[in-house]
Amino acid sequence: METFLSRYRNLSVLLALIVGQLLLLAYQVKAREDVRLIRLWAVTAVTPLARGIEWVRGGTGGFFSGYIFLRDVQSENMRLRQELGQMKLRNQFLTAELSTADRAKALLEFRSRIPSKTLPARVIGTGTGANSRVVFVDRGSNDGVKRGMAAITPEGIVGKVVAAYPMASLVQLITEQGSVAGVISQKNHVRGTLKGQGTPNCIVDYVQNEDKLEPGEWFYTSGADRIYPRGLPVGQVKMVREGRGGKEVVVAPSAVTGSVEEMLIVIDGVQGLIPEPETPASPQISILPPPPPIAGEEQRVAPSAAGEAAGANQTDADKLREKYRRIGESQGVEIGSPGPLADFNRNPPPPSAQQPAPNSTAQPGAQTPVAPRTPQGTQPPSAPKPQEPRKQ
Amino acid sequence: MTEYDDRILQAGPRKAKISHFRPAAYIIIPLIAILFQVYVPRFVDFLSYLELPLLVVVYFSLMRRQPVAGAVIGTVIGLVQDSLSQHPLGMFGIAKTLVGYFSASISMRFDVENNALRFILSFFFFLFHQVAFWVFARGLLGQNIELQIPQSIIFAFLNAVVAVPLFLIMDKLRVEEQ
Repeated sequence: METFLSRYRNLSVLLALIVGQLLLLAYQVKAREDVRLIRLWAVTAVTPLARGIEWVRGGTGGFFSGYIFLRDVQSENMRLRQELGQMKLRNQFLTAELSTADRAKALLEFRSRIPSKTLPARVIGTGTGANSRVVFVDRGSNDGVKRGMAAITPEGIVGKVVAAYPMASLVQLITEQGSVAGVISQKNHVRGTLKGQGTPNCIVDYVQNEDKLEPGEWFYTSGADRIYPRGLPVGQVKMVREGRGGKEVVVAPSAVTGSVEEMLIVIDGVQGLIPEPETPASPQISILPPPPPIAGEEQRVAPSAAGEAAGANQTDADKLREKYRRIGESQGVEIGSPGPLADFNRNPPPPSAQQPAPNSTAQPGAQTPVAPRTPQGTQPPSAPKPQEPRKQ
Repeated sequence: MTEYDDRILQAGPRKAKISHFRPAAYIIIPLIAILFQVYVPRFVDFLSYLELPLLVVVYFSLMRRQPVAGAVIGTVIGLVQDSLSQHPLGMFGIAKTLVGYFSASISMRFDVENNALRFILSFFFFLFHQVAFWVFARGLLGQNIELQIPQSIIFAFLNAVVAVPLFLIMDKLRVEEQ
């Protein structure tokens, strides 16, 4: 045995190392538990260094802007150029500060707006592995962060906490392969499961071909996964097409677009509501102003204007009825009553000489007032004072 | 066999020159590589493709020319990398153990100070590492992850491009034998 091991020493060591790690893997998979101690050591060793680097980076920036540039300002020969450079750098610095302040302000506003209890966290590093989509944040179990908590921003969901260490936590971004979230579309309430692909976009699985979904439609968290509270924005549908087992839906996450700097860890999630889709603004009905009065038309509209002044309606039927009434009155015939018929081929008398109906203020549909029956050829009642045509 | 082939292909293990490093180098260099991977992609996103811990494993294994040492270095760096990822411990560990072992085995046959060979080996071992990780994730954990071959080939090329100057820099840290 000893000879065998010494002869195949390299292979024996390799096998021992691999079997040892396989056992470690098997233990983690079977017990569904992590080997916390090793991780704790590694994270505790690395995160203070990451914090230190961050501190040095900030300090170096401060040193350069506060000392080196100050000395340069004192140099007379280079004063203008240095001032210009300083202003440029200062502008960049302030822009960055402003951006940070804006982000922090937006995060605070969002935090106060949402019902869930949250904890602000800052990204201090990324996970290992090429093209890794996990990040370390500066809040850990000492701050109340636990595994499985959601990480969100005002723009939408970022991911979930996959490991919480005393001083830091590991957040798996929603775009990481294997990350999932229950989602529901805003407009058509189509339910599905958002899955990360290891690319900037995610897909939504389990959407039937019969479900109606449009590009540009928003997806929100459904709350079904018990991780992300219901009602948080997820992203917009980028592409949708029918597939073999269901619709193929590609979603562009709204929160994980670039590098995430700050986020909120949802300590105590409260289910929210899916906001109603914004209906497109109702088209403004454009009504042109009334046309300017034409001199020749003033007289033509006079009868109707007179009628309007008297409370008559201005429809064509009203005008026709008024015309026949005037013809009938001029001939002493009452419209609608048994007796002789009026000659409607004759023109009605001019409106100026026309006596308005006694009850012309009657409401639409009211019966035409009955005029006293007079024999043919009798003088119509004296015309009242003509009315001025109403100008529009 | 050309003269160039003779130069690259060693006559045997007896001619292989084992490089030595200060003990601190075995701690500090991997730590820098891991910190780089943890910290730098936060600010320079496109650098996330760089698998510096893997390149460090390949370099130490090639220069040590001892499969056992290569496997142990791969195991340790891989497990630390696992600790800082969301994967179960052992995924990067096993992949890097194999990388360390095989790269050290290859170094016994070739002149690993040749830059072209370093480039090829870095390219090959990056792909090997990605495939091994994918196989373990699917076979051992049942994870349904995809192996993006075109992306992996591009990343392998980029890592190999970085590996050549990086190895030259790390060559300066070698301790000359008396």
